[in-house]
Amino acid sequence: MESREKMLRMYRHMLAIRQFEHKAGDLFTRDAVRGSIHLYIGQEAVAVGVCSALEPGDYVVSTHRGHGHCIAKGGRLREMMAELLGKATGYCKGRGGSMHIADFGSGILGANGIVGGGIAIAVGAAFSAKYLKNGRVSVCFFGDGAVNQGIFHEALNLAAVWKVPAIFVCENNLYALSTPFRDAFAIEHVVDRAAGYGVPGCRVDGNDVLAVYEAAREACARARGGGGPTLIEAVTYRMDGHFRGDPCLYRSKQEVEEWAARDPITRFRAKLIESKVASAEELAAIEDEVRAEVEDAVRFALESPDPSPQDMLNDIYA
Amino acid sequence: MREITYAQALREALREEMKRDESVILIGEDIGIHGGAFSVTKGLIEEFGPERVRNTPISEAGFVGAAIGAALTGLRPIAEIMYVDFSTIAMDQIVNQAAKLRFMTGGKTCVPLVLRTQGGAGRGNAAQHSQSLEAWYAHIPGLLVVMPSSPYDAKGLLKSSIRDNNPIIFIEHKLLYATKGEVPDEGQEYLVPIGKADIKRKGSDVTIVTWSLMVRKALSAAEMLAEDGIAAEVVDVRTLRPLDTETIVESVKRTGRCVVVHEACKTGGFGAEVVARVVEEAFDYLDAPVLRVAAADTPIPYSKTLEDWVIPSEADIVSAVRRVVDG
Repeated sequence: MESREKMLRMYRHMLAIRQFEHKAGDLFTRDAVRGSIHLYIGQEAVAVGVCSALEPGDYVVSTHRGHGHCIAKGGRLREMMAELLGKATGYCKGRGGSMHIADFGSGILGANGIVGGGIAIAVGAAFSAKYLKNGRVSVCFFGDGAVNQGIFHEALNLAAVWKVPAIFVCENNLYALSTPFRDAFAIEHVVDRAAGYGVPGCRVDGNDVLAVYEAAREACARARGGGGPTLIEAVTYRMDGHFRGDPCLYRSKQEVEEWAARDPITRFRAKLIESKVASAEELAAIEDEVRAEVEDAVRFALESPDPSPQDMLNDIYA
Repeated sequence: MREITYAQALREALREEMKRDESVILIGEDIGIHGGAFSVTKGLIEEFGPERVRNTPISEAGFVGAAIGAALTGLRPIAEIMYVDFSTIAMDQIVNQAAKLRFMTGGKTCVPLVLRTQGGAGRGNAAQHSQSLEAWYAHIPGLLVVMPSSPYDAKGLLKSSIRDNNPIIFIEHKLLYATKGEVPDEGQEYLVPIGKADIKRKGSDVTIVTWSLMVRKALSAAEMLAEDGIAAEVVDVRTLRPLDTETIVESVKRTGRCVVVHEACKTGGFGAEVVARVVEEAFDYLDAPVLRVAAADTPIPYSKTLEDWVIPSEADIVSAVRRVVDG
């Protein structure tokens, strides 16, 4: 069993993601967030389980549904929310928005608007870690949809041939936008592909944060020990649509309800109380703190100034 | 000064920069023992080892993406794409990732990546191995596009590109590798700045603006024109992005006439951009319409007769110049 402190930190991060996403969704509905927004609600255990196994210097490459990865890896809520609102104080000074948040100081190499666009980039970060012998690992998150992009194949093969410390985390939430897994794959599981690259793979319950954490810890140990990459398939479900406003015509109410009963935060909360890691009162106190942090982030973002076009022109070239 | 080939000059640039900076690494197909499809990296794996001269599977998108990731995390990779035609396979990584990562993340990172590749026709490689795609890349904010025409420029510009913190599309020409030119001895360091055109021949009657292999054709056309008393100035832009508009415009203001020559096909070619800038900034100085000499709007054919017909020749350049000079 992990330390109490670590488990409570996991709980806090999962809650922070959930509450941040609820706020972000509200702000989108109120037209304060532009474009489209892809919420991580329901998948919190994957980002938090994986990132809890990482060191501060390790790299994370994220996706269009990236807020959770960023928070779990140590991203700051204020800069994140300010970026969603397109403000000068946001992580990307309003240049990127929801799909391009990065925090290089925390090892977050960026979300990505292209499905599968970051997988090979993660391999390159893993290669530099190996070349520079800095002991870091590089984690790449992607959805089941990305697994059918050609670059998934190229990147996994390259990582395996080069034996770099990369961890490929497929968040299989069963739908690539509207296309169900069974219509896009002729195999049972994503992890079945691992053998095709000579890479060890494992499949975990992506709504069980401790199970994800264990799988990630094992993959990290392999990577840091020179054993090369791992493919983890974390089976989960997004409770919101592909984007905020998606009518979700492609899935049944019953299916959504079944997954709601497996909510990763509710489950972890019950486990913490049951195993006497914390009392309900202690957890409620954390919930209040997180709520206040998210409120603070929203206030910070709303009060922040807009960016200037002149300043933007300095960021095209180094 | 000694004379070496364009390929040797490029190799010297790679070797010198790899010796100077351990974060410089090479990534690409068949660049190890084989030495690259055009022998530019020959001997480098023996000198620097397979950790730094990294042969890859045939996965252009994969290894360009890996080069971007390495560039984001402390290395200065040089990725070699064997033919510029194959860069199409890595287009997402080049255009959506490398070019935009700095901008999208608020200028908080940079992508010090050189993408070495080669293009152009003239060897019967046909439509998928002979293109001139520079206009595509010059169209993308965030990328720089470098196209040297001589061994001296190739070495100096490659060294500058390796030290630059931006993603650079460095396009060589397959017919230039064996050409020779004067280059200072190894160890006598020099750099050619990115974004500075070079007047390869002085003249007062007409400005020929061009790049890459067409610089050589323009220079021989200028010789032919000189015999008829027409003094053509040849401006080698050397880098398309950033484009040294000032040197071009100043030359046109002196000569009053301008012909733009490139090997890419005419429609949507980078020549249109050059003409537009000349017209915008030197319209009142022009004594004749600005003309373009470019390849025909066809895929590059295989047969020598057909290929020669498609690609601009010295005679095409001479005749365009005569049109603007004689009126």
